[in-house]
Parts: sequence; structure tokens; C-alpha cells
Amino acid sequence: MKDLFGAVEAIVLGILATMFLYWVGNLAVRNLPRRIKAALEPYVFIGPVLLIIGSFLVWPVFQSLRLSFMEEDLTGATTWVGLQNFKDLFDEEYFGTMIINNILWIAIVPIVTVIAGLAMAQFANNVGPRREKIFKSIFFMPMTISFVSAAVIWRYIYAYAPEGQDQVGLLNTIWTALGGVPQAWLQLQQFKINNLLLMVIFVWLNAGFSMVLLSAAIKSVPEDTLEAGRVDGASTRQIFFKIILPQIWPTALAVFITTVIGAMKIFDIVLAMTGGNYNTTVLAQTFFLEYFSYGNTGKAMAAVVLLMVAITPVMIYQIRHYKKMEASR
Amino acid sequence: MTTLRRYIDKYRVGSTLTLLFLAIIWLLPTIGLFITSLREKTEAQTSGWWTAFTNFAEQNWTTIAYREMISGSNLGTSFISSLAVTIPATVLPLLFAAYAAYGFTFMRFKGREVYFSIIIGLLVVPLQAALVPVLKMFISFTEKTGIPLSGQFAAAWIVHATFAMPLAIYILRNYMSTIPVPLIEAARVDGAENFTIFWRLVFPMSIPALASFAIFQFLWVWNDYLIAFVFVGNEHPVLTYTLLSMLGQHSEGWQTVAAGSFISLSVPLFVFFSLQRYFVRGLTAGAVK
Repeated sequence: MKDLFGAVEAIVLGILATMFLYWVGNLAVRNLPRRIKAALEPYVFIGPVLLIIGSFLVWPVFQSLRLSFMEEDLTGATTWVGLQNFKDLFDEEYFGTMIINNILWIAIVPIVTVIAGLAMAQFANNVGPRREKIFKSIFFMPMTISFVSAAVIWRYIYAYAPEGQDQVGLLNTIWTALGGVPQAWLQLQQFKINNLLLMVIFVWLNAGFSMVLLSAAIKSVPEDTLEAGRVDGASTRQIFFKIILPQIWPTALAVFITTVIGAMKIFDIVLAMTGGNYNTTVLAQTFFLEYFSYGNTGKAMAAVVLLMVAITPVMIYQIRHYKKMEASR
Repeated sequence: MTTLRRYIDKYRVGSTLTLLFLAIIWLLPTIGLFITSLREKTEAQTSGWWTAFTNFAEQNWTTIAYREMISGSNLGTSFISSLAVTIPATVLPLLFAAYAAYGFTFMRFKGREVYFSIIIGLLVVPLQAALVPVLKMFISFTEKTGIPLSGQFAAAWIVHATFAMPLAIYILRNYMSTIPVPLIEAARVDGAENFTIFWRLVFPMSIPALASFAIFQFLWVWNDYLIAFVFVGNEHPVLTYTLLSMLGQHSEGWQTVAAGSFISLSVPLFVFFSLQRYFVRGLTAGAVK
């Protein structure tokens, strides 16, 4: 309870302090000569945010970059070691597996998420508003579930007991009913099955997001283009693939990119399901393990830098895309 | 035959069945967990949750797992800790972001496009990239001033608020740019200052966008594990933290972890079902995290 009061106190104090800050800022510039005021006033508005983002986000990112070229001893003193941390990381036994896993996540998860969302959106668009609402809520609900809770849910589904014992896991029950031998699914490395099972969780959590955006796009497809197709005798399938799909393509792409970013950064699911064991490790998980379990700052930072390098093209794409949108506004 | 055909078409049987199939897949995991949380330990350990349906009456339905979780373990305290992290981390960035969004939308100044491009770029930066230096910064702050920071809620507030700001500014700016410029111009002509225009006009008009963002941020912080682990840790374990450590040593049986999960799920589910409309709107407004 004390904690809760602390939180309320923080909110009240925080809001008062922010309001005071902006009030003082306004007071400071209001009586200045017009030209100086015009130059300074924007910074009253964006200055505090630039300061916060600069010191707790931008500067730390550059620090991470710097630390990836450093070796840190127990006292926290750093010495320059050049590319040694990256070499150490490349030499790790898990490195190849990790990169392959990351690539698989990027190659599989976004496409499946977009297709699942598209199917949900298109079918839900067909069944009338009442059923649509119920189905959409169901698909969307997992979005509110934390990765940790999702891990509880799915570890229970993938649960394993040796043959002859009672199976409580849903997957093994289905599998044995079909005549299979119980499997420890999360340890199953043939064909990367355990990695694929982790990806299933991601899709389960995020398909709803994809559905919401695509559904909005499908609904904004002009009715007369659909009508024109119907008049020309196009089948439902043709209408979807030839008329709807091209028009919602930009949205599908946006969902795809967003999911690519999510798949690149994937961490929580891996941590909570396997801890990166059984060859399921990924970049962000390696960072976590190297820093918090082994205390290898340099190697951990090298992993983060690799992640940043991978994300940079997407970042540039996002900025360009935004500029294009602005220009067409 | 034709009547059947017409019936199938009229009630969209094909689409509904496909959706039903997907819905079962999407719901089953959560339902399974829920049923398990209401079962007895031995039953949960020896049979799958679906067997509870075949002998519904003979099942020993019980809420003991919930009671154990709340009184027996520290899940109750974790619940409070989660609230203590989440509420300020949701509210505090709002005003900052609204102010900045106003600046970016309605004021002209040198470097505006550059600053805003940086903010767009920051939307996709993984938080791992900033984590360690921020942690070091907090620790050296404590060493120099003697004020404890890392391990306190305040540390998580700062980090969550900072990381939320790019998205908040982005969503709010998108929203504010739909406010007609002549309205703002008219206020300026009448002699209103930006400060007044913001408080009297733009801020009240932006409430829907603020609400959308707040819901989004609330769920994000509530469900976060990484920042809570790094900056609050085991001094005030939050729900995700407690749950994950429970998951590592589930000697108590699945029903307790399941009950714990449902306790932590209750808040997001409540938020989701009561505010779904705003949540969806926030998502469409620019969820790129």
C-alpha cells in the first residue's frame, strides 16, 4: 500500500513540476523582443523532451556503441580493445545458430502474422457486424497478454511427461492420440521445431494487431471498385486478390515492417520459454545473458550493436516513408 | 437444395465456420489455463484440463490456487508493485509529449524536420541498446548524491517515460495535425499566446489521442519484464518478475502458476474489455513499437 501512495505522490508531484516547468518557460520568453521570442519559444515546448530523450535514450545508445569496443574490468574501468568483443562473439559456439535463428524469425514470423491477420480481417468483414465484433475481440485479446503470461500458457501446452505417464500438455495429447511418442517439444531441435514453436506464440500474440490494421484498410476500400468487379462477374476470390489486396497493400507492408522490427528484437518469449537453451538463442537474448548472467559487458554490447546494425535499414525506411507521407499531406 | 444453398449464403456459413475454427485455436490456450487454475493440485498434475469437461460434476473445482497465490506467496505485493510502476510511467510522459507534439505541429523553427526525423527513427530503437549505459548512469548518480535510484520505482518511471516519448509524440502529432490550422490562426489573431492556445484549445481537443496512448502505454508497462527486471529487480518484484521466477520452479503444480497468470491478466483484460475502442484507435494511430 505504501508503494501505491508513493505512486500517487509521484504522479501529483510530477504533473505539478511539469506544469511549473512549462509555466516558467513561458514566463521567461513572453516579454522578450519579438524576434528573440520567436526563436526561443519553440524550445520551451520541445526543449524538455529533447533533453530527456537526449540524455536517457540517444546518449546511452552512443555509449553502448563505445562500450562495444571496450573491455570492462570489475571496478568498471574500461580499456580500448578494438574489435576484440566482436571477434569473441563471432567465435562463440552459439553465434552461427543465433544468427540463423534471428533470420528465421524475420523470414517466417512477419509473413505468417500478416497472412493470419489478413484472413481474420477478410472473413470477419463478411459475417455481419455482430459476429464480426465477437470474433475480432477473440483474436485481439492475446495482445493484452504479457510475454511472461503467454509463456505460462504455452509451456503448459508444450508440457512433456515421459511415455507411459499422464500427459497434461495439449500438444503431446494430440500427438500421442495420432499415434506419436510423447516429445519434449521445446528441446526438439530437428528442423528447428522448437524455434518454430516459439514463433507460434509470437503469431498468436500479434495476429490481432495485424487484423485490426488490415481490417481498417479493407473497410476503406471504395465500394464502387468492388461493385465494378461484381458487375464484371468476378468471383469472391478474384475480388479479394485482384481488387481488395492491391488497395490495402500499403497497410499490409506497414504491418509487415512493424512485425519485422518486433521479430528482430524478439527476446521475452525466448527468455521465458527456453532461456535461449536448446539452440533457440537470438541476439537480444544473448545480450541479456552475456550482461546479466556472465557480466561480459563488451560482448553484450557487441550483440546490441549487431542488433542496431540490423535495425538501421528499417529505421531509414521508416524515416523516408514518413517524409513521403508528409510531402503528400 | 436451393433453400439450403440460400441459407448458407445468407448466414455466411463458410466464413463463420472458418472464423470459428480460428477462434477456437486463439481461445483454447487461455481457456485451458483458466480451467487449470480452478483445479486441484493432484488432478492438474495427472490429467489434462479438457478431462474436466468429461466429468464436470466430479471435478473438485476450487479457488485454493488463487487464495494460496494471494496470501501464501508474494503475488499480492507484486500486484501493488506493478501498479506503482505502471501508473506514474503512464501518466508522466503524457504532458511532456503533448507539449512537444504541439511544438512540432504548430510552431515553425529551424531543425524541426531533423528533430522529428530523429524521433521517428527512435521509434524502432530496441531498448536493449540504451539499457546498460542508463543503468550505469543511475548507479553513478547514487554514488555521487547518496540518493538511491536503481532498484527504486523512480528508475523504472524515468526509463519507461523516456522510451514512451517518441511514440507518444508521434501519435499526438498525427492527431494534432488533424486540428484545422485556421482555428489556431484565429486564436493567434485574437492575441492568444502559444501557452494559452495549448492549454485552452489543443490540449482539451487532444484528449482522445491522449487516452489511446495512455491505454497502450499502461498495457505495455504492465506487461514489461525487461525494464522491471533491470531497474526494479527483486527489491520490489513486479508481477511479470514474480511469475517468471515461479515458472522456473513450478514444484507447486501448474494450477498455482496458472492462477498467478490470471491475477496478472485480470488488469489488462479489464482495461481491454472496457476500453477496447480507444485501444484499437491507438493501435491504428501508429503502433510501431
